[in-house]
Amino acid sequence: MRVVVAMSGGVDSSVAAALLAEQGHDVIGLSMQLYDQSEGQTSFGSCCSIDDLHDARKVAAALDIPHYIVNFERRFDEQVVSNFVREYAAGRTPLPCVHCNSDLKFATLAERASAFGADAVATGHYARVERDAASGRYRLRRGVDPAKDQSYFLFSLTQAQLAAACFPIGDRPKAAVRAYARERGLPVAEKPDSQEICFIPDHDYRSFVETRIPGGGREGVFVDEQGRVLGRHEGVHRFTVGQRKGLGLASPGSAPMYVLALQPATQQVLVGPKPSLERGTLTASLVNWIAREPAAPLRVRAQIRHRHEAAPATVRALGDARAEVVFDAPQIAITPGQAVVFYADDDVVVGGGWID
Amino acid sequence: MRVYFDYNATTPLAPEVIDAVARASRDVFGNASSVHRFGQQAKAALDDARSAVAALIGADPAEIVFTSGGTESDNFAIRGAAEALEPSGRRHLIAGAIEHEAVLNTLKALARRGWRTTLLPVEPSGIVSPDRLREAITTETALVSVMHANNEIGTIQPVTELAAIAHEHGALMHTDAVQTAGKIRVDVRALGIDLLSLSAHKFNGPKGAGALWIKRGTRLQPTMTGGKHERNRRAGTENVPGIVGLGVAAQLAAAKLDADAPRIAALRDRLERGVLDAVAGTAVNGAREARVPNTTNISFDRVEAESLLIALDLAGVAVSTGSACSSGTLEPSHVLKAMGLPAHRTQNSLRFSLGLFSTEDEVDFTIAVLPRLVDKLRGLTARCAS
Repeated sequence: MRVVVAMSGGVDSSVAAALLAEQGHDVIGLSMQLYDQSEGQTSFGSCCSIDDLHDARKVAAALDIPHYIVNFERRFDEQVVSNFVREYAAGRTPLPCVHCNSDLKFATLAERASAFGADAVATGHYARVERDAASGRYRLRRGVDPAKDQSYFLFSLTQAQLAAACFPIGDRPKAAVRAYARERGLPVAEKPDSQEICFIPDHDYRSFVETRIPGGGREGVFVDEQGRVLGRHEGVHRFTVGQRKGLGLASPGSAPMYVLALQPATQQVLVGPKPSLERGTLTASLVNWIAREPAAPLRVRAQIRHRHEAAPATVRALGDARAEVVFDAPQIAITPGQAVVFYADDDVVVGGGWID
Repeated sequence: MRVYFDYNATTPLAPEVIDAVARASRDVFGNASSVHRFGQQAKAALDDARSAVAALIGADPAEIVFTSGGTESDNFAIRGAAEALEPSGRRHLIAGAIEHEAVLNTLKALARRGWRTTLLPVEPSGIVSPDRLREAITTETALVSVMHANNEIGTIQPVTELAAIAHEHGALMHTDAVQTAGKIRVDVRALGIDLLSLSAHKFNGPKGAGALWIKRGTRLQPTMTGGKHERNRRAGTENVPGIVGLGVAAQLAAAKLDADAPRIAALRDRLERGVLDAVAGTAVNGAREARVPNTTNISFDRVEAESLLIALDLAGVAVSTGSACSSGTLEPSHVLKAMGLPAHRTQNSLRFSLGLFSTEDEVDFTIAVLPRLVDKLRGLTARCAS
């Protein structure tokens, strides 16, 4: 089988490529250049920087597989970065990695791969995909390493995308992936994991968004649940639901204040005490059902952000790619713009959508 | 089959060159500036190479300065002339819009330091018109630099006419002959120029060796300062094995050029005709007459050049999208842009460049695999657009 591996230069995608090559597949490494790497742009974040492209090339050379850098700057800007900025400006907290997966890696990159005669696109995600013989549908499952599982970021893959997807390291714990990299002598075996959003320089998403919003973001006020104005702020894009730090509202003796909601139309940031962050229900849009869309309410575990322990809930399809989720117990900080992903049998992704 | 059609990026070494470089590395290790026999031996090797390079371009050996290659030669010519002529008040530099980055970025660097620079536009054929130079040149012009042939499309520039115009205005004339030296007859006297850059690895010599021809009596400020090497014109211990390789490559090229050029031209024409016939929506970029014999630049409608290049490489055919030095950027080719080609054609064009070891089988193999790859990619592009 000819397989294209999306190589970021990190240990995970490098091991993915190595495993496929070891299994005797015809492996082609592709690295995506996602933003201008020329002089003066070196302040971009740590993932997919020019050093990472060099690392990917070194790994490909060590594995003796062909490797190419494909330029997706424009697509990345249109599909991922613009959405990121728009969401923050609209008072939502975006999740760019999901768009990068379903709109770039398993879209543009997969189309390229198919034109190069490849049958599948492999990535270094901690997730598993398998074909259910009975239904003929593809199933997405969590990676076996619970601390590293990335299925949350893959909920928007369609059946066609999953059919061509391959996650060679999803059935291994991270420690085993590193051990394999060391054993194979891969030049990235000791490279630290990337943490931040790759296109944000110096982890400062606020400045990044401000340079891209027309007008640079508008000032507004903090209000409490009683409608009292508590202070001024420099734009709703600077906050996320559940945020406590950096509000500048500390008053000695009173309970700490949290961001409850963002209202871009009035540029108001609604704040209140921690109990006010609890919500028992949510609705989601642009829902993607990986299993069949349920005809009746379905018992699931619903995960509302990357680091959230999926909580028991009932999900009901509302039609029009929308869904309602009712949790058994209220959840803290349900955040518009993040994804809600539904799991059955602990680790099977039934579907997911974007929190309204 | 593995086909190499990227000779304009670099060429495989001729076997004679490999032998000569190996022998020089082993036996001629002396420093050419040393007084003893080891040094004398190295100096003699440099002299032989100097004569061979001079013979290749109709020059006098004393006019040849060895450099590390085309980029250094271009830098030396332009910076050296600019600085030497600065006291005379000539602070204007002219180059063609389709020059190699080695020339363009050197002009940019000098512009930042106060020199006035003008880039001459090219005709749709990819050729600089002498009229454009007449319009741009003044009595303040220090140097005109126009390449002998373009690296991306292969078009040959009217250097003789341009040199005459430069000289009428008291300016020096430099030509970057990196894509012609060793490929077609180059005669510095017939060209009527003052400075010429060439590079060994473009004609089956080693990388890291080149030369700048400086017409006797031309004053240049050295850009590499240090010891008294190369008659005080280029400091630094000479790369003896590389220069020996350059010399042997020059000798081989001079001896075989009259036979090789038509053979390679016939292969190139066969490839070009074959591609145009086998793949719909293709066109040759630039003039087809005034061209080096080994190059064709073809645009493929509704195909992204980057993808076709990868697909071809996976199928065993190595080509490029233009200059190897600008790969990895999204910037459309500055050459095709300067020719006024529409935006899509500046990003859907591939350069095929042939050479010494190219064969008819390789040409036919390429023509056979291309249509299938293009069809596949066109399917892809159509899906994206819908």
